[in-house]
Amino acid sequence: MLLLTCPHCGPRDETEFSCGGESHIARPSLEATDDAWADYVFFRTNPMGVTFERWRHAYGCGCWFNVARDVVNHRILATYAMTDPKPATSETAISNGLQQSAELAR
Amino acid sequence: MRSNYLFPESARFYEHSLRLYERLGRELDFNIMFSQRGMLTLAHSRHDLESQRRWANAMRLNGVDSELLDTDEVAELVPALDCSPSARLPVMGGFIQKRGGTVRHDAVAWGYARAADALGVDIIQNCEVTGFELSSGGAHTVKTTRGTIGADRIGLATAGHTTTLADMLGFRLPMTSYALQAFVSEPLKPVLDTVVLSPACGVYVSQSDKGELVVGGGLDLYASYAQRGNLPTVEQTLRGLLTLFPSFSRLRMLRQWAGIVDVVADSTPVLGRSPIPNVFLNCGWGTGGFKAIPAGGWCFAHTIAKNEAHPLTAAFGLDRFARGALIDEAAASGIAH
Ligand SMILES: Cc1cc2nc3c(=O)[nH]c(=O)nc-3n(C[C@H](O)[C@H](O)[C@H](O)COP(=O)(O)OP(=O)(O)OC[C@H]3O[C@@H](n4cnc5c(N)ncnc54)[C@H](O)[C@@H]3O)c2cc1C
Ligand SMILES: [Zn+2]
Repeated sequence: MLLLTCPHCGPRDETEFSCGGESHIARPSLEATDDAWADYVFFRTNPMGVTFERWRHAYGCGCWFNVARDVVNHRILATYAMTDPKPATSETAISNGLQQSAELAR
Repeated sequence: MRSNYLFPESARFYEHSLRLYERLGRELDFNIMFSQRGMLTLAHSRHDLESQRRWANAMRLNGVDSELLDTDEVAELVPALDCSPSARLPVMGGFIQKRGGTVRHDAVAWGYARAADALGVDIIQNCEVTGFELSSGGAHTVKTTRGTIGADRIGLATAGHTTTLADMLGFRLPMTSYALQAFVSEPLKPVLDTVVLSPACGVYVSQSDKGELVVGGGLDLYASYAQRGNLPTVEQTLRGLLTLFPSFSRLRMLRQWAGIVDVVADSTPVLGRSPIPNVFLNCGWGTGGFKAIPAGGWCFAHTIAKNEAHPLTAAFGLDRFARGALIDEAAASGIAH
């Protein structure tokens, strides 16, 4: 069972939330190629480690927010606002995750 | 085990797989305990009835067997099911694929392993791929925990872990890994001789030859590589089971587990070329790849050997996403996720 922390309502059971998948995905320009659009719509980073994802307090206040979560041990590493950048904390796990996504972005 | 798919591409492929399963025991000379006891999908609303009519008729048009049933016929087939009008989700009918059923999964793995070994295939156990060496012509060296292996062509068939290998090779896939759970109860006397699926209750159940109920439900709905699953999904699945079969309420569960499955947006597998010329993909099976094993293996072997798609899987290529040629086969997932 995950214990997520809604920025508005505080810590609540995972059953009150719904996961919206990977966060920080930037929409390409309208002139982008079909490949770029396919990448935006369908392709996902799916690391075996830290992911950055959107969650919604669906059965609470309705707020969307971001979560950094280790998908192997299910630890929540950070909770932050929708418009915040990916957190750069001293957590080794987080920095690994950031490294991984930086590598993927290359 | 079933081939109750909606679109022609899926129906052709999964029906071929079911036919291969029908003779697999004999071919492998191994009892895979294939039991075509039927696969019943329940309807709990007029909406369900209408969409099932479309679904069952699409199957027939594709040459796959299916029969629509009314409530009385369902009740006769599954006496333990609560078919009373006062049920929380009343059963209004359903449809059955009688050639669907169950197969013993370990037996399939053992049977294939023995047959492949007899043909001279090397199966190296406990050997993890840790990287690849890339050169201009592609990837010709596979690095593993037990040494380096040279290869002219490489096939990736690692289900929920395929993106970890793609990361090593430097390409992306349209895939997210989720945990899918299943449950096995203590043994009972015979009570259920078909497979029952209720999309509305989010559960499917059958009874094994040993008498245990084998129960499954939907995914844990967030990315996970933890092979255990979380409790809310357990509760939801078992709640669904008791909605259908109140008499199972005293039953104890003996085992629970979760496997990591590779889910694609359109619930259709990805089988074919990868962005690297000599690396081939066999993934995206999500929650439904067991029924696909004989056909998936056949078409994958063809693809690797001939360096071109097999006609049965030509539509399953990675290129379909950029072309917008998705095969949105919600039926692939069996129950709505
Ligand atoms: C609980 C549950 C119930 C299911 N029920 C059904 C069902 O009723 N019907 C159905 O059709 N399907 C079902 N499925 C789905 C089905 O089991 C899968 O789609 C299918 O097993 C996938 O087969 P595969 O050969 O592609 O991968 P797998 O059988 O998962 O094999 C992948 C292999 O790759 C190995 N691997 C991973 N990473 C590496 C690496 N780095 N190096 C080397 N090896 C690696 C793994 O150890 C594993 O042995 C279910 C799945 C689960 C989890
Ligand atoms: Zn809230």
